[in-house]
Amino acid sequence: MFLTYTNPVYEYRKTADQSAAQPVHHPLIVVGAGPIGMGAAIDAAVQGLDVLVLDDNNTVSVGSRAVCYSKRALEVLDRLGCAERMIDKGVTWQVGKVFFQDELVHRFDLLPRPGHKIPAFINLQQYYLEEYMVDRMRQLDGLEVRWKNRVTAVVPRDDGAELTVDTPDGEYRLSCDWLIVADGANSDVRSMLGLQSSGKVFEDRFLIADIVMKADFPPERWFNFDPSYHRGQSTLLHKQSDNVWRLDFQLGWDKDPEEEKKPEKVIPRVRAMLGEDVDFELEWASVYTFQCRRMPRFRHGRVIFAGDAAHQVSPFGARGANSGLQDTDNLIWKLRLVMQGRAPERLIDSYCDEREYAADENILNSTRSTDFITPKSKVSRHFRDATLELAKRFDFARRLINSGRLSDTAVLVDSPLNTPDGDAFSSDLVPGSVMDDAPVIGHVGGRAVHWLLEALDARFHLLLFVDEDGLKDEQTREMLRSAQQQPIPLHPVLIGPRPLNDDVFDSLVDTEGLAAARCDARPGTAYLIRPDQHVAARWRRLDPQALSRALARATAQNEE
Amino acid sequence: MHLKTDYNFHDPGQRYFRAYRPGDDFYEALIEAHRDLDDEQSERLNARLILLLCNHIGDLRVLREALDAAREDL
Ligand SMILES: Cc1cc2nc3c(=O)[nH]c(=O)nc-3n(C[C@H](O)[C@H](O)[C@H](O)COP(=O)(O)OP(=O)(O)OC[C@H]3O[C@@H](n4cnc5c(N)ncnc54)[C@H](O)[C@@H]3O)c2cc1C
Repeated sequence: MFLTYTNPVYEYRKTADQSAAQPVHHPLIVVGAGPIGMGAAIDAAVQGLDVLVLDDNNTVSVGSRAVCYSKRALEVLDRLGCAERMIDKGVTWQVGKVFFQDELVHRFDLLPRPGHKIPAFINLQQYYLEEYMVDRMRQLDGLEVRWKNRVTAVVPRDDGAELTVDTPDGEYRLSCDWLIVADGANSDVRSMLGLQSSGKVFEDRFLIADIVMKADFPPERWFNFDPSYHRGQSTLLHKQSDNVWRLDFQLGWDKDPEEEKKPEKVIPRVRAMLGEDVDFELEWASVYTFQCRRMPRFRHGRVIFAGDAAHQVSPFGARGANSGLQDTDNLIWKLRLVMQGRAPERLIDSYCDEREYAADENILNSTRSTDFITPKSKVSRHFRDATLELAKRFDFARRLINSGRLSDTAVLVDSPLNTPDGDAFSSDLVPGSVMDDAPVIGHVGGRAVHWLLEALDARFHLLLFVDEDGLKDEQTREMLRSAQQQPIPLHPVLIGPRPLNDDVFDSLVDTEGLAAARCDARPGTAYLIRPDQHVAARWRRLDPQALSRALARATAQNEE
Repeated sequence: MHLKTDYNFHDPGQRYFRAYRPGDDFYEALIEAHRDLDDEQSERLNARLILLLCNHIGDLRVLREALDAAREDL
């Protein structure tokens, strides 16, 4: 029981599967109802797949863990119908400050970039995220969650997997065509299959404390290198919802984790940091050792790993849940096409190619942050401190300070699903990047939309820029009409400076011209966009053959 | 001022999507160059590195400003 939050209890219910003579078959099973397993399940249900989620617990995260959610993760959650509550409840922030020996050396502003629906970052306790995701799961048909269902054995088969599940009423068995494993950093299923996640453990310990206080500190991220109250180490202060503040203290490797999380040890540290006269109550404290590691391959036949089970990073930069949610965003549309027999199974391999690449980038960035924050030798400490000293005077040094490069989205430049640019574009929205948002007005599939990313649901879209006259060319119209009828339908969306009232195709008004500017688009420019809102190809002029080749490539149907 | 003090790390021919990336690439290479060296070896590496870079810059106006900037408030 916390001061500001009471963990909900989700009831275990016995199901008919448990008394069946034969293992009951489900096409898609997800192990784990953490943020990533729930992200997978909600996305699957939104995309029309039946899905069963098994979780060994019956509540949400105990204690907060994740705090910062990035714009991209929130965009994914928005498509899943979860972001609005998070943004309402969360703390939107944009200013970060870095102190060295109590002196302010750097201030950064993650400007709320104009013309984006979703803010750069919000802070919110992980239990709220999970609670909102559970609520969302309950609204969806075809999605079933079983609490207190612990997976104790997995036997992979060529065409699926068999599972043994332990419950308060004993064990039962299930089978599935596809298994998504999202059972967290110490993945049981990974061990059951004899698989490893390998990398680097940082020999340091961090005390993470959430406190409740009514203080008038601004909602900013304050990172302290070598502060006078905690010499030689670093600390972090960050605001969450309900007047809960997140404090991190680097402790050093020699500290005893069990001792350090006792309130009588924690409270004096907090007082030293915040001052004797600040009134606070301790909500939750824990001591962590961080690691950066990943599985060599995220897919093993019909068993697919996602989230912390597949990869783990140190929390500087907030890349854990944020990247895990991008895993399932990448995976589920591919799995849908494969399960519906519209794309070959090797499309799933591109999930590995793309998300392993992203995991490597996340691991690289968070390893670098950790190395900067906790220098391992005398010389690296000298360089670190020199950077911080010079930062008081020089711009270049400020930009070298690495107190956690905050989670951003990998640009999947090497993806086999991309069609490389043939035409010249000055925009950074290269194939493999996430489409940028922009304010628009229009209707897509009968839904009113106000943002470009709202218009891009889990289908393939062709965003075609037009002038005020709309799309007149009959050949192009015919081509787009027939593209809508293909086994993998392509949904055309016209976008231009004025309302079009096209009676065949959906259209958007680029109200501020920002979509065209961000895409470096002229009338005739077309962007092929995947169901996960990544750019697959772009052209100055549409050519039917190039379009169908790019679509085939983006769904792994091209010649190998 | 002849000394450049705004952020200047780049890698010609390399496309960067994040401004911090070339600086972080450099910083990692710098720390990596010292891997497994003892303190004295590290100091010698740093001395060599400074000399190499100073010769590369060559322009004494830049070097004098850099020396002054580095010495300030020691
Ligand atoms: C101190 C700290 C701060 C962090 N800060 C951030 C941050 O600011 N931003 C961010 O994005 N990330 C952050 N993270 C990381 C984030 O918490 C994780 O990345 C995220 O929880 C991973 O989600 P997951 O669903 O993969 O795994 P988990 O959240 O671990 O969920 C796994 C689920 O699987 C269930 N399970 C386990 N084994 C079984 C089994 N055998 N059968 C059935 N169910 C099982 C568990 O009960 C659990 O519900 C932080 C982490 C820590 C520790």
